[in-house]
Amino acid sequence: MNKLKIRHRLAKDKLMLWSICLLAALTAVPLLAILGEVLLRGYDQLSWSFFTEPTPTAYKVTKAIEAGEPIPGGIANGIVGTMIMLGMAVMVAVPLGILCGAFLAENGKNRFAQFVSYLTDLLQGTPSVIIGIITYIWVVVPMKGYSAIAGSVALCIMMLPLIIRSTEETLKILPASLKEAGLALGGNNARVMMKVQLPAAFGGIFTGVLLAVSRVIGETAPLMFTALGCSFVRFAVDKPISAVPLLIWEFFNDPNLQELIWGASLFLLLFVLTLNLLSKYLAKKWNQ
Amino acid sequence: MESVKPILEFKNTCVSYTKQTMAVKYVSAAIERNTITAIMGPSGCGKSTLLRAVNLMHNLYPNIRVDGEILLNGENILAMEPIDVRRRVGMVFQRPAPFPTMSIYDNVLSGFVLNGIKLSKAEKDATVERCLRSVALWDEVKDVLNKKGTFLSGGQQQRLCIARALAMKPDVLLMDEPTSALDPIATKHIEELLLELQKGVTILIVTHNMGQARRISSKSMFMYLGELVEYGDTETMFTNPIDERTKSYLTGKMG
Repeated sequence: MNKLKIRHRLAKDKLMLWSICLLAALTAVPLLAILGEVLLRGYDQLSWSFFTEPTPTAYKVTKAIEAGEPIPGGIANGIVGTMIMLGMAVMVAVPLGILCGAFLAENGKNRFAQFVSYLTDLLQGTPSVIIGIITYIWVVVPMKGYSAIAGSVALCIMMLPLIIRSTEETLKILPASLKEAGLALGGNNARVMMKVQLPAAFGGIFTGVLLAVSRVIGETAPLMFTALGCSFVRFAVDKPISAVPLLIWEFFNDPNLQELIWGASLFLLLFVLTLNLLSKYLAKKWNQ
Repeated sequence: MESVKPILEFKNTCVSYTKQTMAVKYVSAAIERNTITAIMGPSGCGKSTLLRAVNLMHNLYPNIRVDGEILLNGENILAMEPIDVRRRVGMVFQRPAPFPTMSIYDNVLSGFVLNGIKLSKAEKDATVERCLRSVALWDEVKDVLNKKGTFLSGGQQQRLCIARALAMKPDVLLMDEPTSALDPIATKHIEELLLELQKGVTILIVTHNMGQARRISSKSMFMYLGELVEYGDTETMFTNPIDERTKSYLTGKMG
């Protein structure tokens, strides 16, 4: 009788295992489907000129279509714009976010810290379109025009809560003995934070920054209100500028350019994927 | 014999975590210079709490109150700036905690960095060699000074932490069960080291291990439920304890 019981239990265990595997596989299906679709459609468009040339003009497109050639041009204007805005946003959001995260990790029980922590949660949940319209009022209107600066302000606001949280969480899981050891040597709080705690938390913080970047790189809505777009490569920060997600939206709205959507999407997807893999790799390496 | 001025003196020292309960109750004791004093007692008796009061570690946690006086060379520690006290009172923790992002070399010098003291390259090299020699680690690590401190074995890490504390030339070294995470051989090394170090620094060591207390300390404290039950020569305490509680702890009837 005992033998039968054990066999029954083993069978149940197997059934459970298989159903969990199946469900897990199901969740991976949409991701793989998206990746496959974009890869299949976008693969042909990826060429050197796709990355070095700006969006084609309507005239060039019409001519190419008439001649039966593939659509010329690429997304260089979008790539340059995205990099400029991301760069500026990172330069402000990273130091600010790390300082704020360090403050929250150190003073978690303080009333003010709890208030800030709550605001961070709210900010993280704020729809990006609202951040876009607010930035429009705060930056675009006073500056009397759309600009890369305005775009980077919107992206910076979106990155802040992610960096704050990852800094805070990483610092909190460091062993308390590390901080105590630093203080026991006579260091003040600020020095122990800068020389001991933050370096020890670097891996987690860096991963957080990379994830924040990959989170905002595909943002379209806030950039519509702030960066607007531009059909040629531009390095000025006080003028309207393009971005890859903005280009995807523009391509979608222009029947002649729809083929370019897939190349741009593939680029964006691969970029985010690379950042994610890189952050995983670095986090692993740092923890060794 | 002329009485020697104590380097460290507890006067009615109390520590409380909450308003109702006291973890350390009215402890008074004078610690002589260049001795090893062991603090023994069962878990939760307040020995670590008493030790951490000396370098003001309790200041980190706003709920904890420390009352009474703790005199370092006649000066009340509780009225001093924590960073001042901690420079003169080093501490070694239960788990070896070398700074994980720093090399062995930088770990030894971390006290200077954390205090914002700049040293020349020659001074740095000399300090690192002196401190690592004093903890008998120099020969083992002199070729790998640029490796991370966490790459060492547990016993070596603990010696590195002692070297790091000694680099600041403290008057008193506090040790919170420094060998409880180590194997017997590493423990033996540390014990031999402490006997050597007491020539230059006063050591106050919390230990669970009665054998260890007997082997290395000249004076011992026995604490029970936050009270200092007995304080005196280690040998006398082990052979002829005055208090009944000390006796039952040392003979293994209580623990």
